Amino acid sequence: MDPAWILGALIIIPLVGGLACWGSEYVNPHLPRWIGLTTMTIVLALGLYLWFTGDFSFTILGPDHRWGLELDVPWIPRFGISFHLGLDGLSLLLTVLSGFIGIVSVACSWSEMHRKVGFYYMNLMWNFAGIIGVFLAIDLFLFFFFWELMLVPMFFLIALWGHDEPGQARTYAAMKFFIYTQASGLLMFVAILALVFIHHRATGVFTFDYNKLLGTPMSATAAMLIMLGFFGAFMVKLPTMPFHVWLPDAHGQAPTAGSVILAGLMLKTAAYGLIRFCVSMFPEAAAHFAPIAMWLGVAGILWGAAMSFSQHNMKRLVAYMSVSHMGFIMMGVFAGTAIALQGVMITMLSHGVSSSALFIITGQIYERMHTRDFRQMSGLWTRMPGLPPVALFFAMASLGLPGMGNFVGEFLILLGTLKVSVPIAVVASLGLITAICYSLIYMQRAYYGPAPDKRRFPGLNRREIATMASLIAVLLWLGIHPNNFLHTSAATMTAVSQNYAHAQEGTTFNGVASR
Amino acid sequence: MLDLLFLVFLFPLAGFFILAMSGGRFSERTASIIGVGAPLLAVIVTILVGYSFFTTIPTGGAYTQFLWNWIDVPGFHPDFALRLDGLSMTMISVVTGVSFLIILFSVWYMHGEEGFSRFFAYMNLFVTSMLFLVLANNLLFTYFGWEGVGLCSYLLIGFLYKDPANCAAARKAFLVTRIGDVAFAIAMWLIVRELGTLNIQEIMRLAPEHWAVGSGIATAVALLLLLGACGKSAQFPLQTWLPDAMAGPTPVSALLHAATMVTAGVYLIARTNGLFLLAPLGQEAVGVVGTITLVVAGFCALSQTDVKRVLAYSTMSQIGYMFLALGVGAWSGAIFHLMSHAFFKALLFLSSGSLILACHHEQNMFRMGGLWKKLPVTFAGFVIGGLGLAAIPPGDGYFSKDLIMADAFKSGHYVMWGFAVFGAFLTAVYTARMIFLTFFGEYRGSEPHHGHGGPATTPRGWTHHVPLVALMIATLLGGWFGMHISMLPASPAGEQPEILEKLPLILAVIGVIICWPLFVTHREFTARFTRRGLGNQIRLVWFHAMGFDWLWDHVLVKPWYLIAGFGRRDFIDQIDRAIERVFLGWNKVFTWSETGHLRWYAASVGVGAVLILAAIIYS
Repeated sequence: MDPAWILGALIIIPLVGGLACWGSEYVNPHLPRWIGLTTMTIVLALGLYLWFTGDFSFTILGPDHRWGLELDVPWIPRFGISFHLGLDGLSLLLTVLSGFIGIVSVACSWSEMHRKVGFYYMNLMWNFAGIIGVFLAIDLFLFFFFWELMLVPMFFLIALWGHDEPGQARTYAAMKFFIYTQASGLLMFVAILALVFIHHRATGVFTFDYNKLLGTPMSATAAMLIMLGFFGAFMVKLPTMPFHVWLPDAHGQAPTAGSVILAGLMLKTAAYGLIRFCVSMFPEAAAHFAPIAMWLGVAGILWGAAMSFSQHNMKRLVAYMSVSHMGFIMMGVFAGTAIALQGVMITMLSHGVSSSALFIITGQIYERMHTRDFRQMSGLWTRMPGLPPVALFFAMASLGLPGMGNFVGEFLILLGTLKVSVPIAVVASLGLITAICYSLIYMQRAYYGPAPDKRRFPGLNRREIATMASLIAVLLWLGIHPNNFLHTSAATMTAVSQNYAHAQEGTTFNGVASR
Repeated sequence: MLDLLFLVFLFPLAGFFILAMSGGRFSERTASIIGVGAPLLAVIVTILVGYSFFTTIPTGGAYTQFLWNWIDVPGFHPDFALRLDGLSMTMISVVTGVSFLIILFSVWYMHGEEGFSRFFAYMNLFVTSMLFLVLANNLLFTYFGWEGVGLCSYLLIGFLYKDPANCAAARKAFLVTRIGDVAFAIAMWLIVRELGTLNIQEIMRLAPEHWAVGSGIATAVALLLLLGACGKSAQFPLQTWLPDAMAGPTPVSALLHAATMVTAGVYLIARTNGLFLLAPLGQEAVGVVGTITLVVAGFCALSQTDVKRVLAYSTMSQIGYMFLALGVGAWSGAIFHLMSHAFFKALLFLSSGSLILACHHEQNMFRMGGLWKKLPVTFAGFVIGGLGLAAIPPGDGYFSKDLIMADAFKSGHYVMWGFAVFGAFLTAVYTARMIFLTFFGEYRGSEPHHGHGGPATTPRGWTHHVPLVALMIATLLGGWFGMHISMLPASPAGEQPEILEKLPLILAVIGVIICWPLFVTHREFTARFTRRGLGNQIRLVWFHAMGFDWLWDHVLVKPWYLIAGFGRRDFIDQIDRAIERVFLGWNKVFTWSETGHLRWYAASVGVGAVLILAAIIYS
């Protein structure tokens, strides 16, 4: 069988698995989680298979342009829409991450869910189908389809299985999330249509195919507007200042697995989009816009850190931490040097792992203490054996301690940024200091200090230990031997940065057109 | 046997992992066997490596061990590689040897404490990080150890985490040193941008080819590295974390001050000496920073009441000497003093740990006194360590400090030399004051006070005596060998009149002598003078470390809290919610208007028609 079908399978398996979860609830309420686990294991296994057997030394933007794997099935031929999937190093790594986070998110909902379990796992699975679809789709219509597909299950995850906070219903957070991402998604859809029509006018062909749209000639203004359309959608989803406000609410009220997916993967779809579309398709416009985008990133780093520091709710603290880290990604993407982009790659992966872990820890604490409020925790170090050292590990990862992946990512991003702009890199490096503030206050308020009462809580069980150990192992792997990842994404990132560098120098118009 | 080099750090690392994985289930005995055994194995490996390093000197005087390529991105390929040369050989000997003794002493000190194996896990990680730092052949790998050291200081200072004050001190140490770390990181990015590598040997080779002496970029890099070094080495203006770091258990202070952490900055500057030679301004700044710190810290040490804080300020001051040495080009002198300081400071801290436990966690020197008979080993430790600190022969500090001051004079830095000589006097005074207050006169702590103090008990056990005696021997013999590290630039050549050579020693002896009446026989006089008027105010300024804490508090901490507190509800979110409220408000208006009464609709149509007509007529 053609290995390209594996790409289709990566999307279809979670969809089918989701339906199976839903149905199986009526047989046995414990069945859905096993089906979910099996489904995600298959996805991860397929992803790893592709990784170990695939060749990722070329990419669409380079001189020998082609995808590592490509699946093309006609869908609506009249408008040039097809079920077109493509794989390169960038999308592969994110797909593998999806499989991994998938297993983790099933594991962390194992005993958390009691209501409508089947429907819950179906939403989880469909969400993954949407996310993997976003990473793989190279037909813009299909991309938009998956972009929307991942939105709806997440809405249900928050609205149906979320937590009500005092003074704020979970439906509020769900709707805020939905409105923000939906409105910004619409912006992207308009941009996609505009791009298709411009292409039609120039060539007389309707197509949504990424490969064909790449070289579309257009005026600088049109390119800028379309780029901004894409940028709008991605900046809201990433999220960047000042459109980050949906994130703390969504995180604060989502169930643990929802937060894990949200932080671990959904934010990465935006980063992926920035690289795949904004910077690759419109390098000229992106280069013009870069200073604004990079300063927005810097603002996000510092503002997110300050907000994170002052939160009373553990989940909101971690959520703002993500805002801060995503600022690095925004900055790195628009710096656009190969080093910065490789740093973005590592940051995406390691933030996916470390923030997921911090959310899972919050969930584990909630299962034991029934609170996320720091003011009700203190001195957990001895009261909850096993968990605090793990939390310490991930808090240190978030503040960028060498040895963990986050350090490699942030270091490379800042190094790459410094080559473009010294002031931006220097101001952004203050983020390394502010990171200390929120990470240490996180440790302090929950784990250190005197214990307010004599209650003791059960330690980690085997499932939790296995989950945490695998997250720690991956993060150390990313930190100590990141080359396995860097080599996979090298071709794509180098091509993107070369393409972008042409635009930065202003030597070509629509950089890709010159290839 | 040089290829065993990686084992030097692998053993403590393994020790850390085993202890960390145990989750505190080991008995105290098992934990201490692993915790002490790991550094002991590291010492043995160091001896083996050192033996073959000195018997069969490798080509070029250095041995490089490649482990693996760390990061491979276009234009930047840092490796995990170790480098053994004269400098790193000296450093690993000091780090492993002194750390081993301190960790052995901890077995005695930490007996019965909660989190016994956690403590030894952290200590082993500390040693590992420090070994990374000194063995790395690549600045990024150095930074790996550098940050690891910062982490371990945080973990160990806040080891007794139930007291929020300890945790605050721990956070402060991590945060303040991190400010320096960021400067170090920026320096690295600049180096990569300009030279495309972080391999130290290549930097030393490429920098002179690309950068002119005194060029802007060289100066910028040197100054940033200096700021980084200031953070870890507690130098002006980032020195404020060090006295607070005394919150950790005493062996931690010993490790922090003697073998690891604070020497990191000195090592970094010595290691990147080529960059400082290219930036005369940067090198001069190193000397100035050192001079300021050594004098300021000397004054602060004079007025402390806590025996550990005296030692903390003395460390700051002695590191200041090392910076001064680096600044005037006494490269070998700086490393020599680093080594001798490691011996006598470890000895002093361990002795103070012994003293503090003997006095039941009392640390105030004014509540001690006359203890020399009761605590003979501790007393001997203090005296010999004090000789080292005050630079009086046969203490090893005499030889190293003498070298530094001679080099400062020879290189023509007369002002710095003057301050250094004055600092020698201050050192002798605060050292003598500390010893006289604690060990002479009569015992003033028989009554327990805030749960501390009470009749002193004599410490027992070989884990207490062996480290102390070993360090006493090291302090007494350490100076006689002298030191010259061939890979470092040569010391400045020049002449110094003989009388000036002896001046620091003379001043030191005078300092000790005047302390006898001031702090033993006529203590009331001193007390009266320092408790009122000008004397009191000077004492308070010195006691509060010249107000630097206050300064940082107002410049950085308070504004940060202001921003964070102001933004807890994230004002951007408030804008968002305001939009929502506007819509809800309109919703209310329209809901209210939709009454379902025909007369109301008719009336509003009528009013609307009148208003529109009026608008048309009057426009």
